[in-house]
Amino acid sequence: MTDLTRIDVAELGRLLTAGEVSAVEVTRAHLDRIAAEDGRLGAYLHVEDDAAVTAATAVDEARARGDELRPLAGVPVALKDLVVTKDVPTTSGSKILEGWLPPYGATIATRLADAGTVLLGKTNMDEFAMGSSTENSAYGVTRNPWDLDRVPGGSSGGSSAAVAGHLAPWAIGTDTGGSIRQPAAVTGLVGHKPTYGSVSRYGLIAFSSSLDQAGPMARTVLDAALMHEVIGGHDHCDSTSIDAPLSGLVDAARAGASGDLRGLRVGVVRELGGDGHTDGYEPGVLARTREAVEVLAGLGAEVVEVSCPSFDLALPAYYLIAPSEASSNLARYEGVRFGLRAGDDGSHDLDDVMALTREQGFGPEVKRRIILGTYALSSGYYDAYYGQAQKVRTLITREFTAAFTDVDVLVSPTTPTVAFPIGTRVDDPIAMYAADLCTLPASLAGLPAISVPSGLSDGLPVGFQVMAPALADDRCYRVAAALEAAQDAARGHRLLDELPTPAGAA
Amino acid sequence: MTLTAGDRLVDYDEVLTRYEPVIGLETHVELGTASKMFCGCATTFGAEPNTHTCPVCLGMPGSLPVANAAAVEATIQIGLALGCRIANWSRFARKNYFYPDIPKGFQTSQYDEPLCIAGHLDVEVDGETYRVEIERVHLEEDTGKNLHVGGATGRIHGADHSLIDFNRAGIPLVEIVTRPVPGAGAKAPEVARAYVTELREIVQTLGASDVRMEQGSLRCDVNISLNPIGALELGTRTETKNVNSLRSVERAVRFEMRRQAAVLDEGGRIVQETRHFHEDTGTTSSGRSKEEATDYRYFPEPDLVPLAPDADWIEQLRAALPELPAARRARLQQEWGISGTEMTWLANAGALGLVEQTVTAGATPGDARKWWLGDLARRANEAGTELAELPITPAQVAELSGLIAEGTINDKLARQVLDGVLAGQGDPAQVVAAQGLAVMGESDELVAAVEAAIAGAPDVVAKVQSGKVQALGALVGAVMKTTRGKADAGTVKRMLEERVLSS
Repeated sequence: MTDLTRIDVAELGRLLTAGEVSAVEVTRAHLDRIAAEDGRLGAYLHVEDDAAVTAATAVDEARARGDELRPLAGVPVALKDLVVTKDVPTTSGSKILEGWLPPYGATIATRLADAGTVLLGKTNMDEFAMGSSTENSAYGVTRNPWDLDRVPGGSSGGSSAAVAGHLAPWAIGTDTGGSIRQPAAVTGLVGHKPTYGSVSRYGLIAFSSSLDQAGPMARTVLDAALMHEVIGGHDHCDSTSIDAPLSGLVDAARAGASGDLRGLRVGVVRELGGDGHTDGYEPGVLARTREAVEVLAGLGAEVVEVSCPSFDLALPAYYLIAPSEASSNLARYEGVRFGLRAGDDGSHDLDDVMALTREQGFGPEVKRRIILGTYALSSGYYDAYYGQAQKVRTLITREFTAAFTDVDVLVSPTTPTVAFPIGTRVDDPIAMYAADLCTLPASLAGLPAISVPSGLSDGLPVGFQVMAPALADDRCYRVAAALEAAQDAARGHRLLDELPTPAGAA
Repeated sequence: MTLTAGDRLVDYDEVLTRYEPVIGLETHVELGTASKMFCGCATTFGAEPNTHTCPVCLGMPGSLPVANAAAVEATIQIGLALGCRIANWSRFARKNYFYPDIPKGFQTSQYDEPLCIAGHLDVEVDGETYRVEIERVHLEEDTGKNLHVGGATGRIHGADHSLIDFNRAGIPLVEIVTRPVPGAGAKAPEVARAYVTELREIVQTLGASDVRMEQGSLRCDVNISLNPIGALELGTRTETKNVNSLRSVERAVRFEMRRQAAVLDEGGRIVQETRHFHEDTGTTSSGRSKEEATDYRYFPEPDLVPLAPDADWIEQLRAALPELPAARRARLQQEWGISGTEMTWLANAGALGLVEQTVTAGATPGDARKWWLGDLARRANEAGTELAELPITPAQVAELSGLIAEGTINDKLARQVLDGVLAGQGDPAQVVAAQGLAVMGESDELVAAVEAAIAGAPDVVAKVQSGKVQALGALVGAVMKTTRGKADAGTVKRMLEERVLSS
């Protein structure tokens, strides 16, 4: 029998709709694989088990009754553990939320449920999404299915490991400075960060409000587009949600796969791995990027080099803005209303209980960023740090705007290196932060950006990033799908098919 | 509370010989919107604790605010009524600090980009007009309410445990901040009170809030500093909180002036601090719990899009403003032909609206004023309540006044009727009917009473007949006594004259 965990979402949807497989069969196949494999990968923090089977049963019963079901009803899904799920544990990778059972659910969780998808569980992540390797989780590391000694990227590393390891057909990730694209890149997946405001943030545990966006992590561009169309669109519960229709994402993915990019102008960003900007980039990553650009040119795209000098300032600007907002967003975790409370034994006053709770509940990276952000917002330093960083943000946005008057999309590597070995960067925050070098500019400007595999370097996946103007997410899908189709055809199989089969696995 | 050495006071008049007071007021008004500032929870006062809450106003992880359009509109209306410029670009900001009654660890407020800026409010004290400049009017959210259980003071220190009610958390609050007001001199306390009174009336007229100080829907922080006369720089100010009535506003200013003068006279320095007003003693005490100043780390709230009120919309709101209290007073003063001083009395007594409604219901302005400022004011005072709280309506006062005018009752009977109405016995006409309080016509009963009076006082009759007409008063009095005031004195006099003088 076909292994149901190896099938793409688009195909699963077809099989389910046609009644060739049941939702329970698909769900059980994934739960079984999680049970068998997740001990090694550590992708999940919570698995729904019986609850998932119950939900799948309901879908099958509805189908048996002849109810009209959405096209993806019965497809299982995994959610990064900062997506608030009603009555399902939600920790954001932090001890401070251990045991919290949310009384409400995120808009995107509700939309996925309304589409009939079945929640498999919640995936591991860097605590409060702060990190690029998932090593900052309070609940242990997650391993990269391509090499168990390496990180799966982060902060959505649980989601990337789950989808690459076939423990979920697709998953929700969130991206603040690259946390969808970078883990997708280093695990051979497609990951898209939507235009800021195009996917509701209601019910996403906030890291940096002006940057956070949820988006799809999938094994194909088409699957990513399918998920984006389920979760995207206006939400009146999110003041920053854009009241505009999505731009035909699934259609764009299908059109791109046909392989015709004539008339498309592609800008290669010099500051992201181009001439004079190769420090810290692995040669294999740069080679795969060059080849991907050549593929696009071969499909008829016109390629030019574009310079965006302010992109060099993206990393310092990001590491002022994100921690500043985080220092405020994380103030609510003080033990009064939910989650951990420490020191409430009658011997400590209120201030001490709050301090002890935060001391015990937060990990070192979270504390580092709270301290950084608190300092940057302090009276007398605000203008020099937060204010200045916002100006850099404006400059970066202007350079994007200028570039997009000339080209339709901008491209770069997604990340300067392939997945690094576990433990090699945890004690060097600057090296860790460098993993987001290429993804930060689009984050700061609120623009859509996708990472799509461009091949392997030393046997590990490399990601290729496509950035587009605000609300032109369709261009990301179109270009990514074209690259994916051309490379799959040239290779004769998908990149993920080269995933080493772990010893002892079926 | 005991006065410490620091609370030595200088006589009020003496303060003014050496210092110039500068006042400033920060007033918080809870808007009367149906739902909270950033979520859909109800704002009803007095509900069971924590029943009007949701993930947003409880600050649950992942929840997001959405601004209440009705609250923005009300704030703009208040700004317009105060002559402010309405910003075409305004943002919310986060005011970061830890306290259990702020669920998010920050209060969503406005900082350097408020909705309304640079207005003014003119207030009148003893016939003189004082201009109070408004610095800003901004929109924010209220905090929850702490209840500290156990311990003597009701404060957090010494309490066994604390309870928090988040029903109030997230209720829209408008903060109206004045610029420092110099030049009020000895009248500073009255100017402060008149400002809050006038502001309250404006907000009430706009229908933006029920502005009840005792329920906390209008709260006032009073800033006071003293400037040595002739000095160029401003003195250090204190900020007095817990000022919960109009009278307290005046008392707090007066007390702080006297206290600060004593400190300065001794060569001391005023500490810039928050002080608490004590209603019972009329004093203030230092409210500082910590030495260090709080750094609120304000920054623009990234979860809310900026407010950019459209110019056309602002003009529509301006055009739709109701007649404001000052304009209304000027109009009524002219319509009723009264002096400015009389108008001030009416306004200060809280009787303006009542008198106006009584006039609308048919009474003459003079009669309406007479009742509300006379008998009714006295009774409200005796009962320790506001005029408006008396169990009588303007329509009932107008009816009473009409009964006198048509001669059904006289002034004396009217007071008995009033007692009946206030006792809940119904409208004036019903009380008259039920108690038989109508003036007697020239009935057999009255003729009998008149004749009895004449027969009973031959000496008085003789006096009158000998030319001392004023002696007739004694006979009138006798008749009124036997009829227990129900007779009309004029009628009685005429009937007596007919009988005594024509014979």
